[in-house]
Amino acid sequence: MIYLKLFLTFFEIGLFTFGGGYAMLPLIQSEVLKNGWLTNTEIMNFVAVSESTPGPFAINMATFIGTEKGGVFGAFCATLGVVLPSFIIILLVAVFYEKFKKNKVVKGCMTGLRPAAIGLIASAALSLAITAFFEDGFSLSVFNSVEFYISAAVCVIMTVLALKKVHPIKIITASAAVGIIFGYALKLPL
Amino acid sequence: MKKREKLNKIWLLFVTFLKIGAFTFGGGYAMIPLIQKEIADKKKWITEDDILDIIAIAESTPGPIAVNSATFVGFKVAGFWGAFASTFGVVLPSFIIITFIAYLLKNFNDYKGVKFAFFGVRAGVLALIIKGLVSMYKQVPKNPVSYIVMGASFIFAAIFDVSILLVLIGCALFGLVTSIIISRRANDDLS
Repeated sequence: MIYLKLFLTFFEIGLFTFGGGYAMLPLIQSEVLKNGWLTNTEIMNFVAVSESTPGPFAINMATFIGTEKGGVFGAFCATLGVVLPSFIIILLVAVFYEKFKKNKVVKGCMTGLRPAAIGLIASAALSLAITAFFEDGFSLSVFNSVEFYISAAVCVIMTVLALKKVHPIKIITASAAVGIIFGYALKLPL
Repeated sequence: MKKREKLNKIWLLFVTFLKIGAFTFGGGYAMIPLIQKEIADKKKWITEDDILDIIAIAESTPGPIAVNSATFVGFKVAGFWGAFASTFGVVLPSFIIITFIAYLLKNFNDYKGVKFAFFGVRAGVLALIIKGLVSMYKQVPKNPVSYIVMGASFIFAAIFDVSILLVLIGCALFGLVTSIIISRRANDDLS
């Protein structure tokens, strides 16, 4: 029952992700790989799509994976799953806000959860980087392949630009352009 | 009359969050200034203090920041159905756009140009994730607890392949216990 599976998986992802931005990436990656729904390469492709379309990363990701695995209804189940925990919890918090605000347990847990997000995203990024640079597994022959040097150069240059606050859409567009130009010029065997 | 006013508010919440969902790139945090402008400054349904509350709540509850803020604002303005309308509005544009793109990608995936583009883009995405990491690092309090948790969570996830949920639960408990110890010590010093 793929619909139920999509709903439950994304419900879990929604329930256990704290913080914005890429905080959801590690859980999505581990769940999606575990279920064999996407590969690391597809995850990276999709992060790019998600960054260049409007809307929250989590919703984009849930809708995309849902569509891939179960059509429009699959997308609906996955998106509902990722939204529902937030919706319920925020309603509760909104009612008991004053108590929640002063709650020492919540505050204490957050002092651990915020830095944890960083360590976990770094770990997810490492495994994505390994896929991006060594698609066929690590071996010395990688250093003879043009693809490796192009990827490495794009990654370094774009990191510098991103840190200089160049907009993500421009980064994605420029990276795609580099890929297309070098791909056709060098006839890369992709 | 009053019921009509409320229905009107719920409709306006839906439309406003639909706009916010359709025009913010990069998700949650990018949304806060828009919420401030549309809901606090223009319509005056919530105050500037509420905006600060939204950020604090969105950060300390699970789930996407966008959904958290939409639900919270909607509830403050018009109760349960306000929360429902806002959340539905903020999600809808993504849902429609991505469903459409997923179908496009399925049909164009095998084109050479598309493959080359994604080859370049994967390296670019890594750059964006690294940038995201740097900005998160800047916001996290710099103290021994943070450094230990960052290091430990990375090692457990990357090297020992421990499940993400376990790492999260462990880090939350570690944060809780150390914060209790630190506040006890501070109290002892006072007395």
